Amino acid sequence: MQIDKNLVMYLEKLGRIELSEEQRAASEKDLQDILTYMDTLNELDTDGVEPASHSFPVANVQRDDVVTNAAQTEAILQNAPNQKDGCFVVPKTVE
Amino acid sequence: MDIRNLTALELGQAIRAKEITVREAVESYFAAIEENDAKYHCYNILCKAEALARADEVQKGIDDGTYTSPLAGVPVGVKDNICTKGVLTTCSSKILENFVPPYDATVIRRMHAAGMVVLGKLNMDEFAMGSTTETSYTGVTHNPWNLDRVPGGSSGGAAAAVAAKLAPVTLGSDTGGSIRQPASFCGVSGLKPTYGAVSRYGLVAYASSLDQIGPLARDAKDCAALFSLIAGKDEKDGTSMVTEKFDFEAATNGDMQGKKIGIPADYLGEGISPEVKAAIEAAAETYRALGAEVEVFPMPIVKYAIPAYYIIACAEACSNLSRYDGIKYGYSSPNADNLTETYIKSRSEGFGMEVKRRIMLGNFVLSSGYYDAYYNKALKAKKLIQQAFFDAFEKYDMLLGPVAPTTALKIGESLSDPLKMYLGDIYTVMINIAGVPSMAIPCGFDSENMPVGLQLIGKPFCEAEILSAAVGFQNATDFHKKSPSAV
Repeated sequence: MQIDKNLVMYLEKLGRIELSEEQRAASEKDLQDILTYMDTLNELDTDGVEPASHSFPVANVQRDDVVTNAAQTEAILQNAPNQKDGCFVVPKTVE
Repeated sequence: MDIRNLTALELGQAIRAKEITVREAVESYFAAIEENDAKYHCYNILCKAEALARADEVQKGIDDGTYTSPLAGVPVGVKDNICTKGVLTTCSSKILENFVPPYDATVIRRMHAAGMVVLGKLNMDEFAMGSTTETSYTGVTHNPWNLDRVPGGSSGGAAAAVAAKLAPVTLGSDTGGSIRQPASFCGVSGLKPTYGAVSRYGLVAYASSLDQIGPLARDAKDCAALFSLIAGKDEKDGTSMVTEKFDFEAATNGDMQGKKIGIPADYLGEGISPEVKAAIEAAAETYRALGAEVEVFPMPIVKYAIPAYYIIACAEACSNLSRYDGIKYGYSSPNADNLTETYIKSRSEGFGMEVKRRIMLGNFVLSSGYYDAYYNKALKAKKLIQQAFFDAFEKYDMLLGPVAPTTALKIGESLSDPLKMYLGDIYTVMINIAGVPSMAIPCGFDSENMPVGLQLIGKPFCEAEILSAAVGFQNATDFHKKSPSAV
């Protein structure tokens, strides 16, 4: 797998992050080293192997349909960077 | 009696026997933290006022019979990725530097219910992403055995605090070795429970299919005591499991007669330091002397553990960390003009480089065109790794091996080379992929007097078995009783 600057920038976009030029160049090299190492997995024969999901059998875990964490608006908004009238404030999203 | 020289169980005993008050215990730890933590930086946050108020409440509860746990009144340090109501929980990240959870994690509730007293929040690699505690936004923790060395990670503060006697016991979390490797580097005992044995509710998510909370302590008995207190099904974590009642006596009897122990040959192969290898071989001899049968067996899948782990962990991490948007909580960039910029600038300014790297790796392995070749391939490798453990446990009661290929590295040695840091996780990550429990305990020292750790790997939900094996080893040896000379 060959990593280039365009791919790094694409990954920044997917992750909603932005690197400096210096970080971008370093990432190109680091990601290249790491992915080259990850490519050793190609040596492993996985023909006919089902991908694993959970380690142990658990399915359809449900609990009673009862509200146990009733209105905590105030406690939750306490951490909001910006709040007004019991709501999170966000920049204008629709013109 | 020096309070800080007692194990957690001894301290609990002395408190119940009224030889020590809870306040005395708590005060003695804060005095030590205030005097010494500047040189180690184990703690991100101290809860002194809360802890002292709580100490008096707990004392009353012990006196009137409300609290009867063996750990009632015992102070505990908590890794800074476990939510504590009203107390900062930062994950050692700028993006959560001001986050105060409105609720307690289930493990915190259970410790409170038993009368334990939280001292503070312990330093870690940012979002538990790292093996040295160097990726912490609050700065590195120094290894109490040698201040120029890392304590390991990501639960570096949790391990160093136990080694430096700045907490009798601590809680860490382990996604790929984050309890066991720092325990090994700092010469303390640590347990990574079976996936599902301990509720993850309130643990800030890194890789949800691999994360587990577990105890770090001076010895295996203390780990057993704290584990039994936090374990068990929790409605709020759908992956937590109903387990058999934990038998403390069985978990601490130390009897190894007739036990079969397997050592994966690939755990002693290329890359391991000769001194670590010698310490593990000596530990195998100790187990033979205790009546166990120990043999080496091939486990070639070890070679694929790191690529499979980092693919799965990063995939889950990039998804889990998409919640940090600068709007609901945490750091919000003051430099943004619109919604997209709020996301991008808050995340770019709030996350450190290792976190960004793992977000990018995760997005890569999940992205269209690469999903099958990387993520799906890693899930198939996971299946084969699970099968390899299943096969091994047909023959052996437990497995034995090193925790890490080396002792603690010098500060700065691996930070510049992420791949090198990842390779150090070779012996620990497979255990998380398989979901099985594993225990790290000290088993020797290298020529520079740095601790070496061994790892006991057990069958799913058989924590009692490996804890007992650890107790057996600690009954026969005194590595766990050694302390750094400055402590």
